[in-house]
Order: sequence, then C-alpha cells, then structure tokens
Amino acid sequence: MKNRQILLRVLSYARPHLAYLLLALALALVSVGFSLYVPVLTGQGVDLIVGEGMVDFICLIPILIKLAISVGISALAQWLLGLCTNRVSYLTVRDIRIRAMEVVSDLPLSTIDSTPHGDILSRITTDIDLISEGLLTGFTQAFTGIVTILGTLFFMLELNPGISLVVVLVTPLSLFIASFIAKRSFAYFREQSELRGEMSSMAEEMVTGQRVVKAFNREDACEAAFGEINEKLRVCGIRALFFSSITNPATRFVNGLVYAGVGVFGALAVMGGGLSVGQLSAFLSYANQYTKPFNEISGVLAELQSAIASAGRVFDIIDQPVQSPDPAGATVLTQVDGSVRVEHLSFSYRKETPLLRDLNLGVEPGQRIAIVGPTGCGKTTIINLLMRFYDPDEGRILVSGRDVQQVTRDSLRSMYGMVLQETWLKNGTVFENIAYGKPDARLEEVTAAAKAAHAHSFIQRLPDGYDTLLSEDGGNLSQGQKQLLCIARVMLCLPPMLILDEATSSIDTRTELHIQNAFAELMRGRTSFIVAHRLSTIREADCILVMNKGRVVEMGSHDELINANGFYKKLYMSQFGA
Amino acid sequence: MKKLLAYLKPYAMESVVGPLFKLLEACFELAVPLVMAAVIDRGVPAGDRGYVLSMGAVLVGLGLLGFASSLTAQYFAAKASMGFGTGLRQAVFHHINTLAQVQLEQAGAPSLVTRLTVDINQAQAGVNLVLRLFLRSPFIVIGAVLMSLFIDVKLTVIFLAASPLLALCIYLVMRFTLPMYRGIQGRLDLVSKLTRQNLSGARVIRAFSRQKDEQAAFVDASSKLTQAQLLAGRISALLNPATFTIVNLAVLCILWFGGVRVNAGQLSQGQLIALINYMSQILLALVALANLIISMTRATASMQRIAELMAIKPTVVDRAVAVPTPESGAAKLAFQNVYFSYPGAQDFALSAIDFAVRQGQWIGVIGGTGSGKSTLVNLIPRFFDPSAGVVLLDGRPLQDYPLKVLRNRVGIVPQRASLFRGTIRSNLLFGNEKASEEDLWRALEIAQAADFVREKEDGLDAPVLQDGKNLSGGQRQRLTIARALVKRPQILILDDSASALDYATEAALRKALRENGFGTTVFVVSQRVASIQNADAILVLEDGHMAGFASHGALYQTSEVYKEICHSQLKSEEVRRG
Repeated sequence: MKNRQILLRVLSYARPHLAYLLLALALALVSVGFSLYVPVLTGQGVDLIVGEGMVDFICLIPILIKLAISVGISALAQWLLGLCTNRVSYLTVRDIRIRAMEVVSDLPLSTIDSTPHGDILSRITTDIDLISEGLLTGFTQAFTGIVTILGTLFFMLELNPGISLVVVLVTPLSLFIASFIAKRSFAYFREQSELRGEMSSMAEEMVTGQRVVKAFNREDACEAAFGEINEKLRVCGIRALFFSSITNPATRFVNGLVYAGVGVFGALAVMGGGLSVGQLSAFLSYANQYTKPFNEISGVLAELQSAIASAGRVFDIIDQPVQSPDPAGATVLTQVDGSVRVEHLSFSYRKETPLLRDLNLGVEPGQRIAIVGPTGCGKTTIINLLMRFYDPDEGRILVSGRDVQQVTRDSLRSMYGMVLQETWLKNGTVFENIAYGKPDARLEEVTAAAKAAHAHSFIQRLPDGYDTLLSEDGGNLSQGQKQLLCIARVMLCLPPMLILDEATSSIDTRTELHIQNAFAELMRGRTSFIVAHRLSTIREADCILVMNKGRVVEMGSHDELINANGFYKKLYMSQFGA
Repeated sequence: MKKLLAYLKPYAMESVVGPLFKLLEACFELAVPLVMAAVIDRGVPAGDRGYVLSMGAVLVGLGLLGFASSLTAQYFAAKASMGFGTGLRQAVFHHINTLAQVQLEQAGAPSLVTRLTVDINQAQAGVNLVLRLFLRSPFIVIGAVLMSLFIDVKLTVIFLAASPLLALCIYLVMRFTLPMYRGIQGRLDLVSKLTRQNLSGARVIRAFSRQKDEQAAFVDASSKLTQAQLLAGRISALLNPATFTIVNLAVLCILWFGGVRVNAGQLSQGQLIALINYMSQILLALVALANLIISMTRATASMQRIAELMAIKPTVVDRAVAVPTPESGAAKLAFQNVYFSYPGAQDFALSAIDFAVRQGQWIGVIGGTGSGKSTLVNLIPRFFDPSAGVVLLDGRPLQDYPLKVLRNRVGIVPQRASLFRGTIRSNLLFGNEKASEEDLWRALEIAQAADFVREKEDGLDAPVLQDGKNLSGGQRQRLTIARALVKRPQILILDDSASALDYATEAALRKALRENGFGTTVFVVSQRVASIQNADAILVLEDGHMAGFASHGALYQTSEVYKEICHSQLKSEEVRRG
C-alpha cells in the first residue's frame, strides 16, 4: 500500500466522525486567526502610549475591548478544537482496534499459529496508538501550523514587506540546522537502539537463566559481560542524547538572530517613518513565534512517517484473509452418534511438504483411538483437522454420517470435549474458567465437575476458593493444577466425543490414576481420540494410529502392532523399556 | 528513591555545572527585552543608527553566548544522566544476581528485565530532563518578575498576580489528569491482556464457541479506554487556552496601567514593550514546565519500581570466609528436621525432612506434582535457605561454606534445560573455565552427547543460539548434563531432567559416574519409578512430608504411597523384578 492510500484509509475510518474533523479545521482557523490578531492590537495599543502626557486613553479603551474579545474567542476555539481532535482521534482509533480484533478472532488458526503473537499484539496496541498520536492529532497540528505560518506571513506583509523579508529569509536556517542535527543524531540513536536490543536480550537470558548462573558461580562473569555492553551504551548514549538535545538551543539561537534582525531593521524603519513603534512590537512578537510552527510541523512530519508505517502494519492484519465462513444452509449439529469416518484425507501445512496422505479411518461410536509417535510427528495435526482448526486439502471427515464441511463450525466443535497439552486459562475466576463452556452453570454443577476432575480439594485450598482470580496464564497454579481445571472444564459440558492431547502429561502418576478413573467414566460410551503417552491408555485403545514424520505409518490394536514387529514395536520398546 | 540518586554522585560536578550554565543561558535570554527597550527609547527617538546597529550586535552576541552556555549545559546533563543510568543499571543487575531463587521467581523474570531496561532508561531520561530544564523554567519566571521590578515596581503587581495564577492553572490540570493517565494506562494494559488472551487461547475459545463473548469483552475494554481518554483529554485541553487567556489579560492590564504610568512620565514606551515581552516569556517557560512534569511522572514511576526492586533484601547471604574442615565420619549430606515455606504461602512446602546420605550414593526422589521434590534439591546449592532446620555437607551447615565453594561442589541439571548464547564449548566451560579439551569430551561421552557434537561441523565450537533454540530438547538436556559434569561436582542433582534420557543413556551415565572415582553423590528427581527404582535409596515425598526413605524393595513393602505410585506406572512383574 502506498502512503497516500494508507492515509486515505485511516481517514475512511474517521468518516463517521467527519463532522468533528471539519469542525476542528474550522476552529483551528478561528483560533489561529484571532490569536495572531492579538499582537496587532497590542501594537496599536502601544502606539497610543507614546510618552509623558501623550497617552490617548479614549482610543485605548476600544482597542483593549477588542483585545479581550479576540483572546476570549481564540481561547474558546482552542479548547473546542482540542475536544474535537480528541473525539476524532480516540473514536477512530477505537473503531480500528475493534475491527482489527474482529479479524483476529476470525483468522484461520494457521495464521495465528504461524505469526508470532507478540507481533500481532504490538500492532493492536502500540501501532494503533501511534495512529492516533501521529496521524490524527498530527493532522490537526500540521494544519494549525500551516495556518499559523500563512497567517503570520499575511499580518507581517500587511505591516511591512521589507522586514517580513528578514524573517522569511532567516527562518529556514533553523529548519536546516534542525535537519542537520537530526541526521547526525539519527545514526547515534540507531546505534543506541541496537545496543539496547543487545542488552535486553542479554539481560533476559541471564535473568531467566539465573538458576544456572548461580549454580555455576557465573555471577561475576555475567556482570563483567553486562558491564562491557553497559559502558558501550553509555558512550554512545551521551552522544545520542547530546546531539538530540541541541535542537532546541539551536532553534532558539536562530530565533534570536531573527529577533535581532527584526529589531535592527524595524528600529531603522521606525526612524525612517515607515513603521510605528507599536507595529515594531507586533513584529517582535511574531518573530518570537514564527519558528515554532516550523519546528512543530517538522516534528509532525517525522511522526507522520512512523504513524503511516504503523497504520500499514495494522491494515496488514485487517487485510488478512479470514477463515471461510460456514456455507449457506450449513446444518447445526445437535446430536451425534459418535461415529467418525475419515476418507482419503490429505493435508499439508506447507504445500511442498505433504503431511497426511490419503488417510482412511472408521471409528465406531464409543471407540477409543490412541495416537502415538515421537514428538513433532504431527499427532496434533489430526486433532486440528477433527476440530476443524484446519481444513484438509483433500478428502473429508464425516461425523455421524455428516460431512463436517457442511455443518457449522461451532456446532461441530461443541460435540467434542478437548483437553490440550497447553493448558490455557483465561483471566478470571476459577469458577468462570470451569464454566467456560457453559457460562450459565450453577455453582453445584461446577463443583461437581471439579470433584470429578479431582480439582475440588486444591480449589478449596486457594485463598478465595472458586472465586480466586487466576492471573494471566494461571501464574499461581502449578502446571498439574491448571491441567485439572482444564479437565473440569470439559467435565462440565460432557460432550459426546473427546479429544485429549497428552492431557495428563504434567500430572503425577498418582493423581493421574484418579483422573484416569474419571476419564474412564467420561469416556464410557463416548468416542475418544487420545494423543497418548501412557502405556495403559495405549493398550486399552481400540485402535492405535502410529505416526512418524507426519505420516500414519501403522494402524491397529496393541497386539496386532506388536506382532507386526514394525515401528510401533521399536517405539514401544524404547519408551517403556519392556 | 533518594537512594537511587546516589548513583548521580560520581557526576556531582556535572550535575551542578550543567544547570548553572543553563541559568546563564536564561540570564542572556532575559537581557534581550531590556536591550530592545533601549533601542526603542534611546536609539529611535535620537535617530542614532550607530546605536541601533551596535545594540543589534549585542543581541546577536547574547544569542551566541546563550547558545554556547546551552551547549555546555546539555553536554554535562547528557554525561551525568548517562553515567547515572549506567551505574544504576550495573547495580540493579548485580542486585538481581544476589537475590535468592525464590525471590527471583516471585518477582518474575519479565518484570525484572523490564526494570533493568525500560525503567532505567526512563529514569535516566528523567534525570536528564531535570538537569536540563527543571531549574530553567522557574528561573525564567522569577527572572522575568525581577526584571519587571527593575523596570517598574508598581506594574510588578500584575506579574505577581499572573504568575501564581498560571502556576495554579497548570497545577490544577495536572492534579486532575495525572491520576487519570494512570487509570488510562491500566485500561490499556487490560486491552493488551485481552488481545494476548485471544491469541494464546484461540483453540480453546473456538472449541467452546466463545468468540462472540470474547469479542464483546474486548469491545467493552476498548470503549472504556476511549471514555477514559476522552475524559482526561477534556481537562488537559483546558491548559493551553487557560494560560493563553491569563497571559493576554495580563498584557491588557500592562497596556492600561502601563499607559497610566507612561502618561505620568514614570515609564517609557520601550519599557512597556519589554514588560509585554517578559509576560510572554513567562508563558513559554511555564508551558515547558508542564510538559516536563508529565515526563517526570513517568520517570518517577519507573524509579519507584526500581527502588522497590533494590529494596528487596537477598535472603541467601554469603557470610562464610574460610572453607570448614569436614567432620570425620559425618554423612556426605544430611537434612536435619528441615522445614521450608515459600514467602507468603501459608503451608510448608517441606516439613520435617530428615535423612542422611553417604558419599557415592545414588538417591532417588519421587513424589506427586507439588510434593516438594524440586524444592528439596534446590536447598542443596542454597538457591534458598530452609525456614527451619539445617542442611549439613560433610557434617557442617551449608551456611558455613562460602557460596562459591558450595556451588562448586554441587552440580545441578535443572528441569528446564537452559543454555546460553555462545558455543557448545562456552556453555560447557561454565562450571570450570580451566577444563581441558579432554575433560569436555569426557563429560560429553558420559552425558551421551559426544555423538551429536561430533557430527556438528564446528564440533565444540558450534554456535548455540539464545535458549539453545537451534538444538533439540534431548540435545539440550544432554548438554546441560555434560555441563554439570565438567565441574566434577561432589553432589550431582538431576532435577527431573532424566525425562529426556532413555534407559541406555541413564545406565551409561550411572556406570560412568561410578567409575570416574570422584565418588559423586547423585540425586535423581523423577516422577517415573523406572528411573529411580535401582537407586541405593529412594526418598518418597507427599505434600512436603517424607513418606519413606529406603530402597525400592523395602519401600514397596512398607510405603503405601510408594506402592500406589508403582502400581500406577508399572506392570506387576516389573515391580517385582525391580
């Protein structure tokens, strides 16, 4: 996308607030116009105060009244301008943010899996904020700045074209100096941010690896390495900071030159009779302010650049293709018998490396399917396809005789109870988490589910029991306890089919034994797919899918596979050492 | 907070001289309106061109002097603040290194890294701003008032009324908006928390069809953020119009009462203009101060966070100087009635732990999730100290050993295999910088890692990325074992790290350790009976209590807990065979 297009697109989000935007521009004109009129009035006043006994109070009064009114109007317009700008920028940004999130919650999981979450996160938070600061606020600032420059020029030319020329000629010097400094300091800033990046990754490594640092007495060595980069940062930082901080004094210096120039030429003009003293004072105050809008605009332009880049990143997300919607007339599954048929299924995450090829599988209602294989062999792929987190390239899956592509995703998913290896809990109370699949559940139901999952006793020991707030990713719980909550979550819904992905991997074997009993209860009469690590689960399965390097290499019952003397047997021997 | 400023002490000279030069610049700036008044009052009426031109030269000279002193001030400020940041950063890093493992875990690595990087940068920027600007604004205000006093005592009343009014205005706006901005930050945090949650929980949210609810929660959070922003914006938008109004009303008063004074012959026209000039200088200075205060609050918040971190007293203190002589006949390692509770926790994580092991013994530690296995072994290298009771090494309390000596004798292979950026060699040399090439290979052989290292193109010098990302889980685990072996520890702790090892590796490791003749005592923490059942003794933990300490055979007869663990994992013939 080109910069202009991005800008237009941001403005298109501002369209609902267009009235405020236009109002803001009008208010900017009013506010700037009247504020620039103030020095003229002051000058007129000064001209009436010539010297001892030469003060025209009668003429001074109307001027002072005009002055007061101008100040009042300008201030009021300034305030309203601020309100309008805020409204436009904050509301627009809110709309963009909500739109972006809408897209995110409708993204195919393949996109979510393959994009670093921190990246999406920073686009939805930081980048969107930059749009508000850089584009929308910047827009009115730039407009105000331009109006100020033009207005000042107009008033100055009105007063005296010759002296205006002095101002117009010297002022660009400040822009030149500012850009010179910016160029110099940019290099130092880049070096500084590189060093900072290096330092944070070093700090992160050493802080997260503290246990090892301590165990191996590496504190001193670490501090020395840290100190080295810290010193580099200091040297480079002084330069970066110094260069960037001379922009203001340099501008002030140029301003001083303009002031001196106006003072001298103005005084000469007064002597020549081409200018009154009051007009000179008006000129002096214009001279004082003239460079300000230039600096502001150049600041805004720099911000605009980064804001456009940010907006581009945000629109990248909004433009991501979302998952295909449920087809028109898709049926809502309300009941299933638990039979699953997989027919000629092919799937690949990347076209060049096919994963599943022509997989066929018939699962009778209530059967238990174990999926085994070394880590990273693609066991979770099957779950992704069953849950329609991903759609197959070829072939189809039938649940209860229905092609899953022809039913709504939500209703299909509600037929499965899923417990994944990665225990995800939301920010909220224990109760809310267990009731996640059934938000209107009563406390008794939730407690019953927790009891069934052997989670009740530890929940009771938590500070606020079922009302305990879980911090992000359940920080205050152990991995095993989180897993138990995830199981309770499924226990509450009791869906007709189950998907368990190494669901008990981080629970100790005794607790697991209890859970297994609960699971056995849960699995009775329910079709279950289990990514299995435990021997007992595997042996009790009706069918074992043995996977390796993304392929289903063997399929059958435990005894059949042992007798086949193939990959399964090798795997079994190495894992269970029998 | 005051303690942090101690890091500015080495730059005391810069911190004083910098602001002084800044004040010098302000003086030059304050002189300008007086010069201009002289031009108007003496040069113009007399028609003295030479005087006007020489005063013009004075103005340019003042500008140059101001520029020069400002550059000096900025340089000293940059030097002092960067030095401050660098010193503080090193100190905080050192402090983190002295904290006990429990304390680090409580603080959380990400938050520690943020304090070390972002917060210190903020604090550093804050110090810089204060050195550069904080004195300037009040000085200009006071200076301008003094100048007006110098010009006309009576009119000074206007300045004395306007300045506090302006200050009050700024104070009120700050007073109301600063807490609001803090609230806004909180709401922004919520928005990003929800975003992160929607990404990490995409599967579960979809499995339970809760997308709409999550989106609604997001819309709600975004809208609340916007409302808060609008409210704060409404108040802060008042600042500029209000100060603009006050200053111009003051100018109005100067014109009127100044007119009276001029009429009476007590004031000249030029002086009147100078007074108006001083008024606008006050406005500019106070607005700069307002911006400064906003940046300062950010810096103080950061400093607060750093100060909090620095205030944490390390619980594990290294007091011992000399290495105590071992008590003859004492056990290699003994726990005597040891209790441990995590800070803030109500229950003991370990209670009444009492056992002793001889040199060269192979000890298994088994128990459920959260039974205290890791806590127990972490007491040995003093990652934290017991709440009660004592741990003895060679009959002497651990506290009697200098930390370095103790940790040199204890090798630990943590649960999470953490490697550091560098090469395989640099990682292995962690424990013993002087280890020979031969030592390294031997350690690799024992850890069954020699083969894959040999296969690497660069062998020992093969690069290791952060967190060892370029190695597989098993490879990382083996390298961490080799790393611990390079140290030739007297006590080796495998904290559930054997999960990545197969039986062959474990057996080889065991054999090698027996044969190497160092008499290494080994602790193996595991959830798997299979990996500890051949140990000389097994410590069974349940809920932090000892539920047995004996060999597999004996425990199987006497400990119900152990028996239950065994049955949950092994086939009956395997149990008996063990």
